[in-house]
Parts: sequence; structure tokens; C-alpha cells
Amino acid sequence: MKINWKELTKGIFKENPVFVIVLGLCPTLGVSTQVSNALGMSAGVLFVLLFSNLLISALRNFIPDSIHIPAYVVIIASLVTIIEMVMHAFVPAVYSALGVYLPLIVVNCIILGRAEAFATRNTVLDSVLDAIGMAIGFALGLTLIAVIRELLGSGTITLFAVGNFDGVIRIPWFYNNPIRVMSLAPGALLLMGYLKAFFDWTGARKKDR
Amino acid sequence: MSYIAILLTFVFINNFILVQFLGLCPFIGVSKSSANAIGMGVSVTFVTTASSVVAWAVYYFLLVPMHLEYLQTLTFILVIASLVQLLEMVIQKISPALYQALGIYLPLITTNCAVLGIAIINITNSYNVMESFTAGFAAGAGFTLAIVLMSNIREKLDLMPVRRAFRGMPIAFISAGLMALSFMAFDKALLTNLHLV
Repeated sequence: MKINWKELTKGIFKENPVFVIVLGLCPTLGVSTQVSNALGMSAGVLFVLLFSNLLISALRNFIPDSIHIPAYVVIIASLVTIIEMVMHAFVPAVYSALGVYLPLIVVNCIILGRAEAFATRNTVLDSVLDAIGMAIGFALGLTLIAVIRELLGSGTITLFAVGNFDGVIRIPWFYNNPIRVMSLAPGALLLMGYLKAFFDWTGARKKDR
Repeated sequence: MSYIAILLTFVFINNFILVQFLGLCPFIGVSKSSANAIGMGVSVTFVTTASSVVAWAVYYFLLVPMHLEYLQTLTFILVIASLVQLLEMVIQKISPALYQALGIYLPLITTNCAVLGIAIINITNSYNVMESFTAGFAAGAGFTLAIVLMSNIREKLDLMPVRRAFRGMPIAFISAGLMALSFMAFDKALLTNLHLV
């Protein structure tokens, strides 16, 4: 069987869900105050996207066309409930930091969008590759925003605590001179604007050549 | 918490769009003209208010007695989807004129983070039914305020010379960021100063 690698790589750069298609903004901006939250959110989205694409593409010939949206929503909501319970049990710190944004994965446009645009009309293998690519693209976008915001906003990079290491990397100069607004709401919107302009600019330059 | 405090919290201090980023997709997508922005704002207010009350009732009369609290997300999204369908039918029957104005926005609202968000926030804050109603209405009003302000800014921006890379979405985000900066003036201290907490 031939594996179509293009389905995997397109989500990472060419159709990056965060910067190119601009989907799923609420969690992107809401949880990007700390790198650890961004990683937790990415893991949640990877799980839900992977299994929703898998289940929906496997069931695509059984779900009647007239009720396909409600059917997809039920599948996605069940997966979100699973990830909520798993995170609550095993990583309570991340669970409480993500707060309302974790159940809101249900209405994340990326997941329903991929189900609707891709998984309904492609094979299981292609859909799984598409889901992994899109989730990696989402994770990269979210982590990029979180790294910039946390670095400028509080001068730290927060990862997960292991043993003696408390999980917080303090960056020397930035730690003493934080730009507080970056970790607050306006910083997220401003940064998103500048990053989107940057990606549009590089995209346009490639096209001109 | 008094009702005025809830109202102030959700309209200004925790504005759904500018502070919590709930409902950003329609905020960027539908804010190109002020007529559309008002239509979207009114529809969202309608749905957040109604779904807050219905989700509250479902949670406390159905899920809690049966110890099924963990099914909250799944039930809420189904309740909201059916409620939006129902509202669409009722509005179509009662007022065709209103349906003409709001019709195109209603189906989009099911997947609006703000609607599911307020239902979950009401439960997390353990509000009673009247407080949920107020919070739902205030969240919708805050959404309307932000989207209408944004649409006015974008109508003006269309006439301004903007560099090519910034045209469209990037400049919209940056304007929203500046607007959020001014909303930072509304702080939790406001409630203390007004003796509401």
C-alpha cells in the first residue's frame, strides 16, 4: 500500500491551521500564556483530531448525509469527554490551567472542519495522516505563540517538572525586564497580528518569485 | 455576587472576545460591515441567554440527580445545537422579518465558542438560574459591544493606506489588540471600588 506523505506534510506548513487557514483561534490565544499549557492543549487536540478523523472516515459510508453534522459532533464530544477525564486524572495541573478551553475543543473549528472537508471523502489511512499533519501544524503554531509570549511576558519557559527540576527555565535578561502586556490578552492579539502579517509576507514573496 | 457585578464582569472586565478570546472566529469573520456585526451580535446574545438557562436546567435537573456530571460537554453541545434549531424555527414562525435579518447567522452560532463557553462557565462558577441568565445576557452584550466597535474600526480601515502584508486579517488582529489594551482599564478592582463585592 502506498502511503501518501503529502497528506501529512501539507498541514505543517502549506495549510498550517493556525497561520494559513486561521482556524481554532480561541484555544490558540487563550492557552498560550505558558508553554506547558500549549503542549497540553496540543496533546488534547492531537488525540481528538486523530480519533475523530479515524472514526469518521471509517464510518463515512454508514452515516446518512442528512444527519452527518450532529453525528460528527457526538463523536467529537465523546472524544473530548475522554481526554477531559484522562487529563483530570493524570495531569490535574494542566487540567486546571486549561480550564474552559479544554471542553471547548468540541467547537474547535479545526476538528469539525477537517472532518467535514477531509475525512468524509478520503480513506482511513489518508485521514489519519491528515489528522497527524494538522495536529502537528496546530501544535507548532500554538507553541511558537506560547514561547514568544512567555519569553517576552515573564522571561521564563515553563515545561513539566521532573525530579529536582521545577520545570521553569528562567531566561537571564528577560526575567528581570518582562513586558507584562505580552502575557495579558492584548499581547496575544497583537502578536497574532504581527505573525500573520509575517507569514502572509513570506507567502507572497514566494509566489512573486 | 450581585447581578450588576455579573453584568459588569462579563461585559467589561472579562469581555468574552477581548479578554477570554471566546468567539474570535465570528469576531474576525463577520466584522467587515457594521450591519452584519449588529445582526451577529443580537443573534449571539439571544442564544447565549437562552442556552445559559437551558443548560443550567439540564445540568441541575438531569445530570446531577443521575450523577452524570462528566457528560456535561456532550450534553451541552447537543442541547445548544437543538436549541439553535428550535429558535430558528420559532423565529421563522413568529417574525419572518427578524428571521430574514438573523437567519444566516443562526446556523453559525452552534459552533461559536462563546455559547458553549458561557454554559460551562455558569456551572464552574456555580451560579443559580437567575445569575446564569444574567451572565448569559451579559456575555452576549459584551460580544455585541466588541464586534460592533470592531466593525466600525474595520470600515474606517478600508479607506486607510495599509501595507500589503498587513491588509485584511493582520491589521484586524492588531486593532483588536489595541482595543483589548483599552479594555484593560476595566479591572476586578472596579467591582471593589463600586462596593459590589
